[in-house]
Amino acid sequence: MIEVKDLLIKYGNHTVLDHLQLHVGSQESIAIIGPSGCGKSTLLYALAGIIKPQSGTIEINGEAVNGTRKETGVILQSYGLLPWKTVWENASLGLQIRKLPKKDIQTKVSKILKQLHIIDQKNKYPVQLSGGQQQRVAIARALAIEPDLLLMDEPFSSLDAIVREELQHVLVDTYYRKKLSILFVTHNIEEAVFLGQKIIVMQPNPGSIRAIVENEHFGDPDLRKKKSFHETCVKVRQLMEGQTE
Amino acid sequence: MIQTFLSKYKTIYASLFVITFWYLCHLFIQSTIIPNPLHTFVTFFRLLQGDMLLHVGASLLRISVSVFIAIVIGVSLGLFLGLHNKLDRIFGPVVYLLYPLPKIAFLPIFMILFGLGNTSKIILITVIILFQILVTIRDSVKGLSKELFYSIRSLGASKVQIYRHLILPAITPKLLTALRISVGTSISVLFFAENYATRYGIGYFIMDAWIRINYLEMYAGIIAISILGLVVFKAIDLIEHGICKWTLLEKGENNSYF
Ligand SMILES: Nc1ncnc2c1ncn2[C@@H]1O[C@H](COP(=O)(O)OP(=O)(O)OP(=O)(O)O)[C@@H](O)[C@H]1O
Ligand SMILES: [Mg+2]
Repeated sequence: MIEVKDLLIKYGNHTVLDHLQLHVGSQESIAIIGPSGCGKSTLLYALAGIIKPQSGTIEINGEAVNGTRKETGVILQSYGLLPWKTVWENASLGLQIRKLPKKDIQTKVSKILKQLHIIDQKNKYPVQLSGGQQQRVAIARALAIEPDLLLMDEPFSSLDAIVREELQHVLVDTYYRKKLSILFVTHNIEEAVFLGQKIIVMQPNPGSIRAIVENEHFGDPDLRKKKSFHETCVKVRQLMEGQTE
Repeated sequence: MIQTFLSKYKTIYASLFVITFWYLCHLFIQSTIIPNPLHTFVTFFRLLQGDMLLHVGASLLRISVSVFIAIVIGVSLGLFLGLHNKLDRIFGPVVYLLYPLPKIAFLPIFMILFGLGNTSKIILITVIILFQILVTIRDSVKGLSKELFYSIRSLGASKVQIYRHLILPAITPKLLTALRISVGTSISVLFFAENYATRYGIGYFIMDAWIRINYLEMYAGIIAISILGLVVFKAIDLIEHGICKWTLLEKGENNSYF
């Protein structure tokens, strides 16, 4: 699905990602974790085609990424909702930009807003919503375009534990239903182990991949109660703290 | 109770407040320079049957044309500078230098270059408010967060769509605020612009009444100009309610945080 070769990204003289290699299979769910400033968001922006790398290539489904891709859904660190658009208008923006017929937009958006339980808020503006509701709108907007790849930058970081778990389940559910690839950034080790079939641990200065942990626990609803879940968490933590296996 | 009355009948309350204050001044100062408000209103309505409306109309026309030109040029230049950092680095300092300059001092030059008629008057008003609009628009575009641009680009928006969904809605409330200030400014500039080579315009009317030492008529002119300003402000409010509901929500119902 995704093939990244020798990715080099600099801001001015500062090298953020240094010759990074990455392979993501189709319908995989990948967690990216690492200390603040190691280039996680930058990697995501590059995959989304929002920023251009200095050198190296990114291929998705065999096609080089050059600008944004129609079938990639993106959720940014700060939700990225437009304050002057209502929930409905925000959620339908991607489809509107793709110039879909009004009727199709109507049916698709109302279906997805219902699934995410925010249809009742459809005429509200983002300022009138809680953080969790705003995040649902951002998810709805990304899913409305029916992506085959979902990129998410710390999607649940500003939510309380209950809402966070609820939305994590929404995500697992979407994954099984829509058969898409997911790549998400997180600061939370448990979240990475719960939602990632593979966990990519990144290191800073310059940003690169330290290790990739295979994780068979993905999406298991009883996972949090199991011992092996905690073992994987500990393993990821050790990797982050710089100890080798 | 009082609070709801104040918010419901804002304009009426403000008018009563001003007129009461005016009347008190009239009582205390006891001079013809502050006439009785009641007499002034009588004069105002008498003049309204004359050509007062013509004066107001002439001024309104000059202001409207100037504001229109200033918006077209100011918004385009503001967007241009706000979106192109390199150009802003070249022209930004020039704008910064020219902005506080009293453009009114160039009136004689405008008069020589563009004649004594409406052209020089309109250009004077335009030049003065142009900078207010330009600077406001440029700064509001520059203040837009990188994330919002990323967000809309990630949805695959074209340049035109970015303007339509992101830039224009973002600057509209700022433009309306700039417009309120600009209209206020242009009304005061009228007194210079309508001071020469015209017999129509509310600025001319007030100056003329002043020279004739007819204070009642002068004050009637001031009433006319305040009503003109009020109407324009209310129109801007209406536009804001219509297309920028979200800014009002952001400000919130409860505005006193202290
Ligand atoms: N626009 C920019 N200009 C210059 N440097 C930048 C810019 N954006 C990011 N950087 C730098 O690039 C590095 C990586 O940033 P990035 O946002 O990708 O980090 P991150 O891993 O997502 O961090 P966090 O977990 O805090 O979100 C940081 O050192 C940051 O200072
Ligand atoms: Mg980040």
